[in-house]
Amino acid sequence: MSVLVGQQTKLLVQGITGSEGTFHTLRNRAYGTDVVAGVTPGKAGQDVEGIPVFDTVADAVRATAANTSMIFVPPRFASEAILEAADAGVSLVVCITEGIPVKDMAAVHAFLAGTSTTLVGPNCPGVISPGVANVGIIPGEVCAPGRVGFVSRSGTLVYQIVHELTTAGIGQSTCIGMGGDPVHGVGFIESLRLFEADADTDLIIMTGEIGGDDEERAAAYIAERVSKPVVAYIAGFEAPPGKRMGHAGAIVTGSSGTAAAKAEALEAAGVTVGRTPSQVATIVAERLSG
Amino acid sequence: MDLYEHMGKDLFRAHAIPTPRGVVADSADAAATATEQLGGSAVVKVQVQVGGRGKGGGVALCRSPAEAAEAAARMLATDFKGHRVTRVLVEELLPIAREFYTSVLLDRTSGEYLWMLTAEGGMDIETLARDRPDALRRVRVNPALDLRAWHIRGLVSALPLEAREGAADVLRKMWTLLTELDATLLEINPLVQLEDGSVVALDAKVTIDDNALFRHPDIEALQDQFPVDPVEKRAKDADLQYVKLDGDVGIIGNGAGLVMSTLDVVAQAGAKAANFLDIGGGASAEKMATSLEVILSDPAVRCVFINIFGGITRCDVVANGILEALRHIDATVPLVVRLDGTNAAEGRQILADAAHPRIVPVATMDAAAAEAARLAKEAAA
Repeated sequence: MSVLVGQQTKLLVQGITGSEGTFHTLRNRAYGTDVVAGVTPGKAGQDVEGIPVFDTVADAVRATAANTSMIFVPPRFASEAILEAADAGVSLVVCITEGIPVKDMAAVHAFLAGTSTTLVGPNCPGVISPGVANVGIIPGEVCAPGRVGFVSRSGTLVYQIVHELTTAGIGQSTCIGMGGDPVHGVGFIESLRLFEADADTDLIIMTGEIGGDDEERAAAYIAERVSKPVVAYIAGFEAPPGKRMGHAGAIVTGSSGTAAAKAEALEAAGVTVGRTPSQVATIVAERLSG
Repeated sequence: MDLYEHMGKDLFRAHAIPTPRGVVADSADAAATATEQLGGSAVVKVQVQVGGRGKGGGVALCRSPAEAAEAAARMLATDFKGHRVTRVLVEELLPIAREFYTSVLLDRTSGEYLWMLTAEGGMDIETLARDRPDALRRVRVNPALDLRAWHIRGLVSALPLEAREGAADVLRKMWTLLTELDATLLEINPLVQLEDGSVVALDAKVTIDDNALFRHPDIEALQDQFPVDPVEKRAKDADLQYVKLDGDVGIIGNGAGLVMSTLDVVAQAGAKAANFLDIGGGASAEKMATSLEVILSDPAVRCVFINIFGGITRCDVVANGILEALRHIDATVPLVVRLDGTNAAEGRQILADAAHPRIVPVATMDAAAAEAARLAKEAAA
């Protein structure tokens, strides 16, 4: 078992014919992901190394029963690509694209609320269930199958911490790169809920960074709803304080957004917070053997 | 992108939101002339992309052109909270009856717009929100619904009856501005009612979504007026995220999260980072060369720590990039290099074969941070 992506995944790729789209589609397929279709408007009937290309997501779903979409469409068209996938009934959409205007994402967020589609991203490295399926750009070689669930806001920190885990002999059930955009799909809380319910996950790692209050809200959720051990890492203790214009942001979150405030909130919820990526792996190893 | 107050007010005026008459001045003389034009008295406000001006001495009430000149001279001569000051805004003094506060921003938690308004402006708004939350109206605007009459009603009912119509008009125009220009924050602190009953925006904080600037070239062009540090500009032109810090270990990494983590690990090793530099994905030889030039131009740097975890980025390309860069730059300090991820073995081999006297390859992030800290201390001794 795993969460979000796994044996059941039948992947279609929006923007499959672009250079990034093609490169990562083939890497995902080589990893073992069942890639069934691609979508590029105007290129129906073509194929990418045997993967059939369609004009619309609806056509691709009808022909291949694809249930997951990965998006490599340029930022000004990407929000429309998410909406198209949701409108075609795709149950999971993983949007890799970086740089989507937040107003467009707010409109997507409002529409998805009335559908059964789950969104991961945008501006994220994707989701991998090691040994089973990879949807996105996380290098499969650094991962190993196992029983630790992992969710991260930062992309390269996924690689760094998973590498530390794998090197220490600790495998992962699923690694979720949730992305760092202000308005995004699956976040810490949804990931924690999925891992808590997953019979093949024994421990959960979350890595956050400065800004916003996602980590603080996750801490409150953990205190109430998560029984599995959680280990966290927060990047940015030494980061320069961001310049701040108005008061509105601080009023909304009631949080300073600093790494120290986040670590404190998590520790108060019973979460062990590692101070370096390697320390996270050490703590996880101790918790799993203890 | 955070706009200066005077730029925000230009946008307000273009959307028919009432603002005081004002003139931008870049010298004491210009401030004096502006004050004369405005009738002999004025308020002089420092123009910076940071809040807290009122409390920080960035706003001065001036009863004569000479006072305005003095205030402008003082503001232009010093940095404000670390921001360089190149201009002040000189505005007419208005007869204020009441002060309110309003702001609308995109709330990252809900993905909706959140609008806040209070009749108790002019005081510490964050304290008010914390101690007396009921005094601050909060109304959510679902982007699928657009702004509706009940949203406006829910907000302005917090105000005295005679201010509601004028405030409602301002709120509707703010919404148009917000949505047309992809703003993620509009804040008016204070929004005032004058003695004649009219409602006027005395302040304007406007943040525009960087990702949407392609839709607003005229706003993007305003960036040319922001004071820039030449080194930061060089980095920005090369598409590098660079922030100068006050330590002595130069940092280059790929991905904001990993770079932040690198700063933390270096701090734990007992040293301080001289900068934040995110080289981004696909670190080419050119990008690496520019990154090294940028970092080595900082005289405080005693050692450089290059921390790369290859995902899309390939370590062999990074290794060649470092060597290529060192053919053009005379590195006077040691470079500690840690490569992991995609093609790490090839990258490490390339560095080993080159055996460059300045390059110190280290296998892990922790060990590399410790080595960088040690080398920086040694150079300082």
